[in-house]
Amino acid sequence: MTYNPLNDGPDWTFDLLEEYQADIARVAAHYRLDTYPNQIEVITAEQMMDAYSSVGMPIGYAHWSYGKKFIQTEQTYKRGQMGLAYEIVINSDPCIAYLMEENTMPMQALVMAHACYGHNSFFKGNYLFKAWTDASSIIDYLVFAKNYVAKCEQKYGIDEVENLLDSCHALMNYGVDRYKRPQQISMYEEQKRQKEREDYLQSQVNELWRTIPKGKQQDEREDVKFPSEPQENILYFIEKNAPLLESWQREIIRIVRKVSQYFYPQRQTQVMNEGWATFWHYTILNHLYDEGKLSDAFMLEFLQSHTNVVYQPPYNSKFYSGINPYALGFNMMVDIRRICEDPTDEDKYWFPEFAGKDWLDTLHFAMENFKDESFVSQFLSPKIMRDFKLFTIIDQEKSPHLEVGAIHDESGYQKVRNSLSAHYNLSNHEPNIQVYNVDIRGDRSLTLRYVPHNKVPLADSKKEVLKHLYRLWGFPVKLEEQQDDGTVSILGQCPQENKEDSI
Amino acid sequence: MAHFIDRRLNGKNKSTLNRQRFIRRYKKQIKEAVSDAINKRSVTDVSSGESISIPQRDISEPIFHQGKGGNREHIHPGNDQFTTGDKIQRPPSGQGGGAGEGNASDQGEGQDDFVFSISKDEYLDLLFEDLELPNLQKSQLDKLVQMKTHRAGFCNDGMPSNLDIVRSLKGSVARRIAMTASKRKQLKELEEQLAALLEEPVPKQTQIQQLEQEIAELKRKIDAVPFIDNYDLRFRNYEKRPHPTSKAVMFCLMDVSGSMDQATKDMAKRFYILLYQFLTRTYKDIEVVYIRHHTQAKEVDEQEFFYSQETGGTIVSSALKLMDEIIADRYAQGDWNIYAAQASDGDNWADDSPHCTDILTNKLLKVVRYYAYIEITTRAHQSLWREYQGIADTFDNFAMQHIRSVEDIYPIFRELFKKNRQQNAA
Repeated sequence: MTYNPLNDGPDWTFDLLEEYQADIARVAAHYRLDTYPNQIEVITAEQMMDAYSSVGMPIGYAHWSYGKKFIQTEQTYKRGQMGLAYEIVINSDPCIAYLMEENTMPMQALVMAHACYGHNSFFKGNYLFKAWTDASSIIDYLVFAKNYVAKCEQKYGIDEVENLLDSCHALMNYGVDRYKRPQQISMYEEQKRQKEREDYLQSQVNELWRTIPKGKQQDEREDVKFPSEPQENILYFIEKNAPLLESWQREIIRIVRKVSQYFYPQRQTQVMNEGWATFWHYTILNHLYDEGKLSDAFMLEFLQSHTNVVYQPPYNSKFYSGINPYALGFNMMVDIRRICEDPTDEDKYWFPEFAGKDWLDTLHFAMENFKDESFVSQFLSPKIMRDFKLFTIIDQEKSPHLEVGAIHDESGYQKVRNSLSAHYNLSNHEPNIQVYNVDIRGDRSLTLRYVPHNKVPLADSKKEVLKHLYRLWGFPVKLEEQQDDGTVSILGQCPQENKEDSI
Repeated sequence: MAHFIDRRLNGKNKSTLNRQRFIRRYKKQIKEAVSDAINKRSVTDVSSGESISIPQRDISEPIFHQGKGGNREHIHPGNDQFTTGDKIQRPPSGQGGGAGEGNASDQGEGQDDFVFSISKDEYLDLLFEDLELPNLQKSQLDKLVQMKTHRAGFCNDGMPSNLDIVRSLKGSVARRIAMTASKRKQLKELEEQLAALLEEPVPKQTQIQQLEQEIAELKRKIDAVPFIDNYDLRFRNYEKRPHPTSKAVMFCLMDVSGSMDQATKDMAKRFYILLYQFLTRTYKDIEVVYIRHHTQAKEVDEQEFFYSQETGGTIVSSALKLMDEIIADRYAQGDWNIYAAQASDGDNWADDSPHCTDILTNKLLKVVRYYAYIEITTRAHQSLWREYQGIADTFDNFAMQHIRSVEDIYPIFRELFKKNRQQNAA
C-alpha cells in the first residue's frame, strides 16, 4: 500500500474527474457492480433547477405544472431555503448523471461513486426496474412524447391539450399496472405501431358502443357486467374504452401512463435505492482511501457530507420529517454486511439464511430481488431497530388517545418490523380505487369503487378528480365506497346529482 | 465505461416554456395581483419586476389521496420515553405524531400563498395587455416625426469634409487608365521600333531621331493627364428621413386646493403611475412635468407634487395656462409627443370653467396627443365636469372618467386606453 493520493482539489478539472472516475470504476468492478455505461454531464446551478422541475425526466413535454415546479424551486433556492441536490441521475442507458459545477472535487468524486456506480447498478440490477422500465428506450420515448404533444398543441390548440394533460395527471397514479408485466418496445417500433394502434383502438371503441341491434343471441348478454373484473389501471381503461375520445387523445393518455409507469419502481425502492448508492459511495471511497489514493483532507470533507446525508433526526426534533431513506437504507446495508461478517447470536437466530455467509453475495441478492416493503420485512434487524429507537403509534379514529403499539424491545421487534414494512407498502397509502362498472346499455356512466384501507376515508380532493375523470370519460362518473361490512355508499358523482334533477 | 460532457454552455432556460405556460394559465390571478401591486410604486419606477402572490388552492393539482381519520399506525425513530401501551393525548391540530410539518399561516386557512417574481417585461405585458395609445397611428406621419440623417450613397458635389478619398482616388486611377490607354499602346509600339532600329548594324540616325521625338511627345501627353480631376471627386451623400420620435412628455396636473385630501391625491398618483408605465412601452425617453394648482399654478417636483400641503380656492385655468406656456417654451410640438392627465375633485371656481374650455379647445388639444381628465369624488359633478363633457364630445383626443374609489382606477385606466376606444365610444 502506497500513499500517493490524487489531487484533492478543491477545484476540479475534467482531467481530474477522469482520473477519479477510472479509480472508482476499478473499485466498483472489484465489488461486482454491474452498470450501464455512464454519461456524466457537468451542469450549472440554473440547469440543475431545470432538471429538478422536470421531475427527473431529461426531456419532458410542455405543461404548466412543470413551470410551477420550476418557479417553486427557483424561489426556494434563491431565498436560500433549500440547497440543490448534489446530483441527479436518470435511469437510462447510457445512464445520465448530472454533476453540478459548484461542487468541489471531493463532492464530485462522491457523486460519481454514488450516482454513476451506486444508483446506476441498482437501475440495472433491481427486478422492479428490469420488469418495469426499459432504460435503453426511455430517452427516445420521451423525445417522441415531447414531439407528439407539441404536434397536438399545434393541431388542436394549447388549451385542449393542457386540459387533457391536467386530467391525466390527476389520475397519473392510477395509470400503472401493478400486477402485470409491462411490454418493452423501442422507439422505432413505437412509432411504427402508433398509427396502426390509432385505427385499431378507434374501431374497438366503436364496437363496444355499437347501438345497432345484433340479433337474438346477443340479447342474453345484456346483463353481462363490463368490465368483467374490476380494473386497477384507470387510465388504461379510459384509453381503451372511453367512448368519445379521439385517437390523439388516447395517445396522450398513453404517454402519461408510460411516464407514470417509468417512475413507479422509483417510488417503491426509495430506501433501497438510496441506501444502496450511499453504501457504495461510502465503501468505494473508503476502499480508495485504504489504497492510499485519497488524502485525509478529502476524507474529512467527504465524511462531513456523508454524515449529513445519513443523519436521522429523532421524532421530537424540529428537523424531523419522517424516516430518512438514506439513513435507513445505508444502515441496513451496513448491517447486512456486519451480520455476514461478524454475526452475533441474535443475528444467527433472526437471519439463519445468511448470517456468516459472503456479504457481497448477500447484498447483491438483496438489491436484485426486493423492494422497500419486502426488503424491510426481510432484512431489518433488531440491532437497527434499537439503533433507530423505533416505536409505533396506533391512531384509532374512535379512541381519544394515541397509543404506543410497540417499541424496540424483545416483544416489539416483529410488530415494529411489520409496521415499518407496511409503511413502505404503496397500496396502504394510495387509495384502492378501481373501475367497477360501466353502464353500457344505459347512460354509459362509469362507476369507480373505493375500498378503504383501515377505514381511512378519501380526501376532499376527490370531487376535483372526479371532474377530471368526467372530462376524460365524457359521460357521468360515480364514485362509491365499499365498507368492511360490504355495504356500498355513493361518495360523489360528476356531474352533480342535483343538477340533473333540475333538468 | 464513462464519458464526460460539459453542458454548462448549453442553454439554461429549458424551463422557460413551462414557465410561460404557467403564467398563461394563471393570467387572471396574476393580473389581479399586478393591479394590486401598482399602488405601491413610485411614478417613474419601471425598472423592477413584481412579486406575485396567488392563493395556493388555485394552483393545486388534485389527486385521489387519503383523508384524515381511520385507523392508522405510524412509525417514528428516536424513542426516548415511551413503552408499549403508553397512552398519549392527541395533539390538538390533528397533525399527529409530531411530524412538525406545515408552517403556521396567518390566514387561518393553513395554506400559504404561492409567491413568485415576474420580470419587468412580463409585468408590463400583463399590466397593459390589450391596451393601445389612442391617436397614435393617425398622426404618426404628419406630426410624430423627427428628421434623422441617413447615408444615401455618393454624389459628385459636396462639402470637402464629406469627401470620400478612397472612392475619389479609385475614380482618378480609372480615368487616368482610360485616358492614357491608346497613347501607352502607341508609345510601346514606338519604343519597340526604336529598339529594333538601334539593333541594326548601321543605325538610321534620322529615323531614330524622329522616333525619339515622337516618344517624347507621347510621354509629355501622358504626363499631361492630371493626377486628380474634378470628375474624380466623390462625396458621401446624406439625406434626411422622417423618423418617428421616441420622446414624450407627460404633464401631470393636479388640484391641491383644500378640498383635495391625501387619499384623493394617492388615487391620482396611482393613475399617473399607470400612465407613465404605459407610455414607457411606446417611448424611449419620457419627461414628466408636474403642475399643481390651487388659485395659482406652479411647476414642482414629484415629492412636492404629491405630499406638500396647500390650501386655498381653485382656479383650474391657471394650470392649463402654465402648461401651455411650458409647451411653448420647452416642448416644441414637432418632436415631442405630449400627453396630459389632469386629476381633480371637480371643484372649480364657477366663472373659471368656461375659461378652461377656451384654453383647451383653442390651444392645448391641438398639440397634445391625448388629454385625460379624471375626477375623483363621491359627490355630484360640478361645473367643471359639465364644461369638459362638451369638450369630450367634440375632441376625440380628450377623455374623461369618474373615479370613486381606489378599486376603480385600474378598470378606468383600461377603459380609457382600451383598443378601438373610438369605436366603442361612438
